[in-house]
Amino acid sequence: MQLNRRNMLALTGATALTSVGGGLARAAAWEPNKPVEFIIMAGKGGGADKMARLMQSIVESKGMSPRPLVPQNKPGGTGAEALVHMNTVGDPDHAIMVTLNSFFTTPLRQPDLGVDIMGFAPVARMAEDTFLLWVHKDEGITTFEQYLEVAKSRGADWIMGGTGKASEDNIVTDFLNGEFGLDMTYVPYKGGGAVAKDLAGRQITSSVNNPSEALGFYESGDVIPIVAFTDERLPMFPDVPTLKEKGTDFVYYMQRAVVGAPGMSDDALAFYTDLFKQVFDSKEWQDYRSAKSLLGDFMAGDDLRAYWQAQRDRHESILKAAGQI
Amino acid sequence: MEVLTLLWDGILTAFEPQNLLLMFIGVTAGLFIGAMPGLGSVNGVAILLPATFLVPPTSALIFLAAIYYGAMYGGAISSVTLGIPGASTAVATTFDGRPLALKGRADRALVTAALASFIGGTVANLLFTGFAPPLASVALRFGPPETFALMLLAFSTFVGLGGDDVPKTIFSVAFGLLLATVGADPVEGTPRLMFFGLEAFRANINFLVLAIGVYGIGEMLWTINSTRNKVTMTEAKISAKGIVDSAKEASGAWRGTAIGSFLGFFVGILPAAGATPGSLMAYGITKMTSKKPEEFGKGSLDGVAAPEAANNSASTGSMLPMLTLGIPGSPTTAILLGGMVLWQLEPGPRMFSDRADIVWPLIGSFYVSNLIAVVVNLAFIPLFLWMLRMPFTILAPIIFVLSIVGGYAATEKIYDVWLIVIFGVLAFFMRKLDYPVAPMVLAIVLGPITEETFRQTLTRSRGDFGAFFESAIAAPIIIIALLLIFMPLIKSIWRKLRPRKAREGT
Repeated sequence: MQLNRRNMLALTGATALTSVGGGLARAAAWEPNKPVEFIIMAGKGGGADKMARLMQSIVESKGMSPRPLVPQNKPGGTGAEALVHMNTVGDPDHAIMVTLNSFFTTPLRQPDLGVDIMGFAPVARMAEDTFLLWVHKDEGITTFEQYLEVAKSRGADWIMGGTGKASEDNIVTDFLNGEFGLDMTYVPYKGGGAVAKDLAGRQITSSVNNPSEALGFYESGDVIPIVAFTDERLPMFPDVPTLKEKGTDFVYYMQRAVVGAPGMSDDALAFYTDLFKQVFDSKEWQDYRSAKSLLGDFMAGDDLRAYWQAQRDRHESILKAAGQI
Repeated sequence: MEVLTLLWDGILTAFEPQNLLLMFIGVTAGLFIGAMPGLGSVNGVAILLPATFLVPPTSALIFLAAIYYGAMYGGAISSVTLGIPGASTAVATTFDGRPLALKGRADRALVTAALASFIGGTVANLLFTGFAPPLASVALRFGPPETFALMLLAFSTFVGLGGDDVPKTIFSVAFGLLLATVGADPVEGTPRLMFFGLEAFRANINFLVLAIGVYGIGEMLWTINSTRNKVTMTEAKISAKGIVDSAKEASGAWRGTAIGSFLGFFVGILPAAGATPGSLMAYGITKMTSKKPEEFGKGSLDGVAAPEAANNSASTGSMLPMLTLGIPGSPTTAILLGGMVLWQLEPGPRMFSDRADIVWPLIGSFYVSNLIAVVVNLAFIPLFLWMLRMPFTILAPIIFVLSIVGGYAATEKIYDVWLIVIFGVLAFFMRKLDYPVAPMVLAIVLGPITEETFRQTLTRSRGDFGAFFESAIAAPIIIIALLLIFMPLIKSIWRKLRPRKAREGT
């Protein structure tokens, strides 16, 4: 056991040194004093996952935080697993989470989870992600009109894969079904990476992946974008029309925000907001934003809370209209 | 062969002094990280990630891969010496590694684990080098029904043949599946099975909590009870000759090693699975096909070799979906993904052709890391054995403390500590009543994947069970799995019929 003891001693020594050093340098400012749990409420390889891991790498490479962020996927139950974990976490000052829109929809659908999102700490909104409709190249579909025709003729055999149940991808699918008289079957996955892979492997027939999720298979030519659910055409896909251009006024975005555990102290919140502002301003993040067609400005504090309130109200009416709640 | 030239360049890159040094540090650090219960390679890689930004991307990836390799070797060490799985991937190693240590044969178990890991890693590297692009397309063909079929096969290997009581095994699997369903429903998010509405059951039961409870606490209680404190741990003969002798004996475990190496790799390349299911399945299949299945769980070297070969092989395998499909097969490879995104490497089918400058040095470094890891590991074995020379009366309390600390470290929730204790006591009584505990651990690992893919398949077919048999891959696997599950039943009917025939004959 000598080894363990020696390691423990070294560890305590190091902790003592850094805390003394930190204490001298910045007397008042709060800083994490142990590794920070960085929860991802979706599966590995999806948009939220890639983004979280990039943010972690930026923080590490620039030495922005005295303690590392340790990413951990908790994709179960369309975010329920992650939300419950954050709600019951022992030390709210050392737990942050990267969210999807299931942050709004899952607590609305599952009140028994005992999760109130307005109790979470509004750390930072890093972007709003965009949605496109994708099909496999071998379907031979290139236009939205063709898509509607083929999907209609296949009825319920047309399979739409997406992240989570009654979450963002499901909402877009429900909208398409209702608006265009389609009967697509929606299959929930734990993350957009698995969806993209199963579209490339033709396990499903279409998806509404974010650009960051479909990019690898788009570049290899396996999947093609049909239409974008944005206000304007995305610079990366100048030839892909928006649904608006096709005469249907429907746009849908997803928040890419970092939230703190309920009960996080104001000092800790200030630290994380400042940390993610630095990440937002970094060249790496700005490059990622343009490479993955992310939109939306930085937002924090009360502005972010007000945004959550508006988003939750909007999702409540969408889910009610779809009969999900 | 263009691939060979690229690979050779890659190996040469890996041999550059800076990279070689990084690999050596990475492997050694990984070995100790893996050996510490509750710290696991995810934390190890996360904590050491900052160091990687001081060097160029290629070296950084090599360093991370070296830690990863080291941790895979290290996981076996605490599984064998303390009976606490150092990482989830090493759970199956405790099944037989621990009994071997209790019989005073820890040296054999550790050497077998190291050599099997080396062979598993090497086989995986060769497969990776030769067949990466075609294997990526195999992974693409594994959708929900195919993955479900594979999970069913894993369960059936535990039930089908082997020395255990079949109804008790089925009970153990069912109980594990029950535990796997506690918490939020994996699709809908509806809370399920929240006993007494306790907070602890809102979150899903962490698999390490169960594994540490069952093996760290339960087995220890059972050992104390069954030996009345007359445990002879090991004589711990620490000599080079001892290691050579052990290596000779380890060569008897070639079957487990072979099965683990190939199966592990194959399961590893499927993004849904990863190294933990891979090692558990390798254990099950090795046991099932063994001539002496009754030895498993009581100290079989094959039972150590199979999961260790498999977890190393699967770790290499899980790099494949990350590089070519953008989906990491394990939490540790997922951290590598972060580094790749930062260096603006877009994982995808074109990674191999577009970024040969990154991919081949990485693969080259796998070969070299694997070699360094086995050498470092063998060198440290005497040190790990030395721990076992402590009197059992001292070692046992240390194991209890490490179990509790390791379990708390994994989730930092105090109710998980209570769960560890409860599972420990439960496992003790299961052992007393001759219920196998390994199937329960298997079920809580595979349960969530099984449920998800089962429901996805049925959602896709709108409730039509025929969907499982429409797939050319899933159908045969499911049929084999069902045959295995019903094999004991068929056998017992056969046995009852035969004497009657014999009587009729006379």
